[in-house]
Amino acid sequence: MRELLRRREFSLLILILLLMLAVSLRAPNFPQPGNLYDIANDTAILIMVAIGQMLVIITGGIDLSVASGIALTGMSVGMLNQYFPGIPIFVIILISLAIGFVLGSFNGILVSLAGIPPIITTLGTMSIYRGFVFVLSKGEWVSAHEMTEAFRELPRGSLFGVTNLLLAALLVVLIFAIFLRLSRTGREIYGVGGNKVAAQYVGISLKKINYLAFTLSGVIVGLSGLFWVSRYASAQNETAFGFELQTIAACVIGGVSIMGGTGTVLGVVLGAMFLGIVNNALTVINLSPFYQMAIQGFVILVAIVANTLVDQRNQLAMLRKREL
Amino acid sequence: MPSVLECRRITKHFPGIKALDEVDFKIRAGEVHALIGENGAGKSTLVKIITGIHQPDAGVILQNGVSVEFRNPTASQLAGIAAIHQEATMFPELSVTENIYMGHHLTRRKSRLLDWKGMKLKTRSLLETLELEINPDMKVKDLSVAQRHMVEIVKALSLDARIVIMDEPTSALSLREVEDLYKIIRHLRSEGQAIVFISHKFEDIYEIADYFTVLRDGRYIGEGIVAETEVDEIVRMMVGRSLDQMFPKTKVKFGDTILKVEGLSKTGIFKDISFDLHRGEILGFFGLVGAGRSEVMRAVFGIDTATSGTISIEGREVHITSPPAAMNRGIAYVPEDRQLQGTILDMSIRDNITLPIVEKLASYSFLNFHKEEEITREFGERMEIKTSGWDQAVNSLSGGNQQKVVLAKWLATRPEILIMDEPTKGIDVATKARVHEFISQLAAEGLAIILISSEIPEILGMADRIVVMHEGKITARLDRDQADSETLVKAAMGNPLPQEAV
Amino acid sequence: MKKQNRLRTSYTGMMARVAALLMTWEVILFLIFVVVVIVNSYLSPYFLDLFNILDTTFNFMEKAIVALPMILVIICGDIDISVAGIIALSSLLMGMVSAAGAPTGIVVLVGLGTGLSAGALNGLLITRFGIPAIAITIGSMSLFRGISYAVLGDQAYTKYPESFAFFGQGYIGNTIIPFELVFFIALAIVFGLLLHRTTFGRKVYAIGNNPISARFSGVRVNRIRWIVFSLSGTMSGLAAILLTSRIGSTRPNIASGWELEIITTVVLGGVAISGGKGNILGVIIGIFLIGFLKFGMGLINVPGKVMNIVIGFLLIVAIMLPGYIRALRNRSLLKRQRQKPGRTSPGLAG
Repeated sequence: MRELLRRREFSLLILILLLMLAVSLRAPNFPQPGNLYDIANDTAILIMVAIGQMLVIITGGIDLSVASGIALTGMSVGMLNQYFPGIPIFVIILISLAIGFVLGSFNGILVSLAGIPPIITTLGTMSIYRGFVFVLSKGEWVSAHEMTEAFRELPRGSLFGVTNLLLAALLVVLIFAIFLRLSRTGREIYGVGGNKVAAQYVGISLKKINYLAFTLSGVIVGLSGLFWVSRYASAQNETAFGFELQTIAACVIGGVSIMGGTGTVLGVVLGAMFLGIVNNALTVINLSPFYQMAIQGFVILVAIVANTLVDQRNQLAMLRKREL
Repeated sequence: MPSVLECRRITKHFPGIKALDEVDFKIRAGEVHALIGENGAGKSTLVKIITGIHQPDAGVILQNGVSVEFRNPTASQLAGIAAIHQEATMFPELSVTENIYMGHHLTRRKSRLLDWKGMKLKTRSLLETLELEINPDMKVKDLSVAQRHMVEIVKALSLDARIVIMDEPTSALSLREVEDLYKIIRHLRSEGQAIVFISHKFEDIYEIADYFTVLRDGRYIGEGIVAETEVDEIVRMMVGRSLDQMFPKTKVKFGDTILKVEGLSKTGIFKDISFDLHRGEILGFFGLVGAGRSEVMRAVFGIDTATSGTISIEGREVHITSPPAAMNRGIAYVPEDRQLQGTILDMSIRDNITLPIVEKLASYSFLNFHKEEEITREFGERMEIKTSGWDQAVNSLSGGNQQKVVLAKWLATRPEILIMDEPTKGIDVATKARVHEFISQLAAEGLAIILISSEIPEILGMADRIVVMHEGKITARLDRDQADSETLVKAAMGNPLPQEAV
Repeated sequence: MKKQNRLRTSYTGMMARVAALLMTWEVILFLIFVVVVIVNSYLSPYFLDLFNILDTTFNFMEKAIVALPMILVIICGDIDISVAGIIALSSLLMGMVSAAGAPTGIVVLVGLGTGLSAGALNGLLITRFGIPAIAITIGSMSLFRGISYAVLGDQAYTKYPESFAFFGQGYIGNTIIPFELVFFIALAIVFGLLLHRTTFGRKVYAIGNNPISARFSGVRVNRIRWIVFSLSGTMSGLAAILLTSRIGSTRPNIASGWELEIITTVVLGGVAISGGKGNILGVIIGIFLIGFLKFGMGLINVPGKVMNIVIGFLLIVAIMLPGYIRALRNRSLLKRQRQKPGRTSPGLAG
């Protein structure tokens, strides 16, 4: 059975390699290390936020507020940096995590304590958080020259040739891969998503797990908000608009079932990279970036349908094995 | 002998219903205690209180003489109580190992990280102890129903419980698996564990239980030593009347063949099913849970499709690909699970009864409330549904009345072939008897009836001919006068009998 | 002492019945609507002007029209997040044929046809493969709007036949009653009948409450779900016609974010997100409640983004309320039960 699992991530990897091959034929400067490095950096934020999204989806929910959360934390720390340039970057990082924590907590409390379905909760907070970006900024942007050097350098500054941004993404991937595979709470997340009733029977607190999933997603969103505005050197009202769809796409392509209960960090990373490569390929083969959304949507649909068909075929194979 | 766990005067309310009324229950170490009662008697509620899922409104629970409170399932588990539930409470996408350890994963001492190796090892050894050939890495969704049930048992054993509660554990097991289960239970008993065994199968009770307690309608009725009590007396406690008052005999006058099924198969589910059915006949389908009877009927009714074989009605071959197609040919199917498949609980009795025929009653697709009311009254009264109004939601009715709604609904389609899947499961005894009378009446009126049942007295009392299935195949065909409990059970457990063309 | 108790119980009995009537969602919603109207007319003298009120309906009639089939979708137990994307796609295709010189009739047909096809595609993917609607419509939403972005980029179609403008900008005869408003009312009546008086509506409720049982009862569950999604798409196409006609042009970001407000309106109107419950009256009240709320906020210069905050909170509170009320009711029922010597009833899962 491990074969089957490996098959899904494995086939995704093959798909990515084939895609890269195809693009390289069209655009020979694609597979150059400089470009690949750019792709990695471009996709780093998506990887992080998609992992947070995965936590929520595995428990059976969905987090539509991630993009608005990125915008709100981004604008908050951006403005903080603008008006209080003396605050060290380290503190700003902590503040971004704290804001993200609050935003995620709010979602978590509504879902776990008030019992509001995640899709409704996050549909609501999506608007609320984005609205508060406007309230905070009064419609104005924080642009590059209003940010300190240190702030703008954050994602770029490198350690052993790896950018801070990439380092952060790797850290998030590592931490959550370990969390989900080797900690009790991590496995309980799968339990809650797999069978709510059974999870309660064995004493798992639904409330705690739901709250945790949203809060962790929020913390990641907080950090990502900081990286986003510092990387693009701009905090706007429309920052990350529509980004939540990309995170969901990355999860679905990576084999996370929208119904909950399954999903791996590796799958999500591959799914995000797939999208990252598609996005990069668009620019490299000179296709207008305006094609991005349509391709994303198409890829999501194909990925979902393909996953379902594979599952159905496997079920049938299982039945055939049974000799009557 | 002192009790390991004692429930005294336990009372429990749910909105609108009193589920338990001052119930007493004593569990002792080294004893297999059967908790007996019809569905709706309160057995599950009592178990849920003992396992901490619900809290009693009144009464006390004493553990080794000390008053305790189980505020949640974990508290009950920590107290050494393990429950094996009827519904599979499994995580389909997770492995067998993880299903067993969910909620109490093993961790390495130093790092507090999960010890997968250790868990897998222990799981494998537990499975081997029970002689189960199940791969611990397999995802539960890929296991058969029986295998899942065994995993449930292994799960309870992994908790090192002192009290093990089993809720209808044999209902999905084969003969060999039932013997294995008995072995496990005897082993646990010799180790000094206390075992609570919920069942209304007398074979189980008399084979394995030492002591019994009977509940009826949420009240404690009585208790006693199994070996010293006659079956009839237990039945009387369960039911309020004795065994042979319950099943009226049917009239045996067949019409012509109305349904003929030949070679019906569905990959991995059932194989080579052939039988025919006459007007005025009650054809019984017997077998253990999981034998494939419901699956066959679902294929006849069009819910699922068979992969090969033919169905003929009145001599003409038909292709039934959906329930409306079956209904057009005069087939009606009363499903096994009345809450999930038979009724729509939150809708009114009237909306439920008229749903299959809503188009027929309507004028140009506009609902005809007047006709709906008429039909509801006609069939609701015929089935003697007790309610304060046809507007009442079905979930406000008792189990017996809910089943009557299902029956009324299907009779309103005026079928010629009526398939009934465990129609009296979980119903109070009075209603059960009425339903049986009713089925006899229908047969007398010329309906052709297929009756799926797992209860021997019901099959023996009602069916003119009996087909027995085991793991997807027919293992016996009998006329009523040829059949008795032993032959039925043997065939149901897998020993095929020489078959005549029936 | 006993007589006093009896009087008190019959009084409380009557009170309970009146309270039960008042506690229906539609009445509560209507009261909130009245409050909104009162507060807004206090905050701005322009609010209670008939012309202004009729004029503001232009702003939400298109959303209202899409909310109608969304009621069916949600009652059925599904959800359609792609409706705004379908509006964008329909608008795009209408702009394309219009730019090529097509007359109003063709433009309208293209708009409806696009909506119908998009909805049918959603329905097909959902029913044929058994994939949850939320997953499919998140994907198709991106695809549909994405096509619009791919074709138009940051450009717009602005050429439409003259008579086309009537749908979104016209009035009934010489009155100040907008065509859109009247059209919506007519559609609301049709959908009301469909939902509450036809076999189709009955089946939709059945599927939303228990799709398995519905199937066992002979309801063609997948066919009905497919029809519901096709209807949702068609109405989105219709809304696209009205919206494009009103604005006079189309850009890829047309109707951006509308799916949120439409779903909010339906849920606010008392339709349970889990399916099987709700009626059209509540949703109609909800439509006008949100519409007038936004109108009033606009009059006191509340920025659009802030309005979204209010709508977001409204959605959350709207969901919390019924659950909270039910919990209170159950608690009082249990309290009363424990005081009375009750009867045990057979058949409870036990």
